[in-house]
Amino acid sequence: MNRNLLRAVILKTIPVMTGYVALGMGFGILLVSSGYGIGWALAMSVFIYAGSMQYLGVSLIANGASVISTALATLMVNARHLFYGISMIEKYKEAGKLKPYLIFALTDETYSLVCNDNGVEGSDPHFYYFLISLFDQIYWITGTLIGAWLGENLNFNTTGIDFAMTALFVTVFVEQWLTSKNHVPAVLGVAITVACLVLFGSELFLIPSMALILLSLSLGRKMLDKEAAEHE
Amino acid sequence: MSNGRVVILIAVMAAVTALLRFLPFWLLGGKRKTPEYIAYLGKVLPYAIMGMLVVYCLRGITPLVWPHGLPELLAAAAVAALHLWRRNTLLSIAGGTVCYMILIQFVFR
Repeated sequence: MNRNLLRAVILKTIPVMTGYVALGMGFGILLVSSGYGIGWALAMSVFIYAGSMQYLGVSLIANGASVISTALATLMVNARHLFYGISMIEKYKEAGKLKPYLIFALTDETYSLVCNDNGVEGSDPHFYYFLISLFDQIYWITGTLIGAWLGENLNFNTTGIDFAMTALFVTVFVEQWLTSKNHVPAVLGVAITVACLVLFGSELFLIPSMALILLSLSLGRKMLDKEAAEHE
Repeated sequence: MSNGRVVILIAVMAAVTALLRFLPFWLLGGKRKTPEYIAYLGKVLPYAIMGMLVVYCLRGITPLVWPHGLPELLAAAAVAALHLWRRNTLLSIAGGTVCYMILIQFVFR
């Protein structure tokens, strides 16, 4: 493997590494504190590999949720992945043998790294995206294992550790705010979701929120697309 | 819950997550060019979805009842302030989480 490529991948993924190790640790600690050991934590991080879903999964498992409600919860929490997929169709079109893993490993954070990146000169962009995706999952698994180990071997009050998920999303939100000039989509996302939360309650608000976000962005396309073009 | 059931729930979460990730490629991944509308959504949606996820994480707060969501809002403000100050993801996440744990374990008990 080309050393420049490896260096580029490591530099590129450092922010995700810090986030994933911290967040993975939070997940590992949380799962162990609910009575499930390191093997379960590993299985979830290898096969599910979706941060917020795994946090939610801890409470589903701990509360003995049904298969149906688990499937629905996953559908709602992870529906946003449909959008990531949609915007990556072009980019991953010619990825060949790497494509299944690239799609499987398209988490929020990996998406945020690859969506605006066109690769490193002199190497296959798909292999570059593959390495970014793989490294990110390795960070996530490493964090999970450290957290599960800490949870099993240290004794401290972990109440509130699940706030790591909120902190991650706030961080990404602020970062996106700083790097974009057009804040309308971000404001719409917050405002619509708050309105739906008030109207529909905390159990049902996610689907109407997603529908209204999609609708308002579609209706506002003329204005937003023009502004985006002006800022580019 | 039996181990068998835990395995089933993990398999369901894994399968639904993978389905959501693969579906767009199966449905829209033909050789034709991605429609402009879809490309536009790919550009603006991540910002809106991140806003949605922040609210989603804070859905459990009770503004009208003590502690009025204060631990969550204070800790979220701490995350934002830390991030504006240093722009270091790990610091923002770890600092905010520790802040929240202190708030709910010691301050707003």
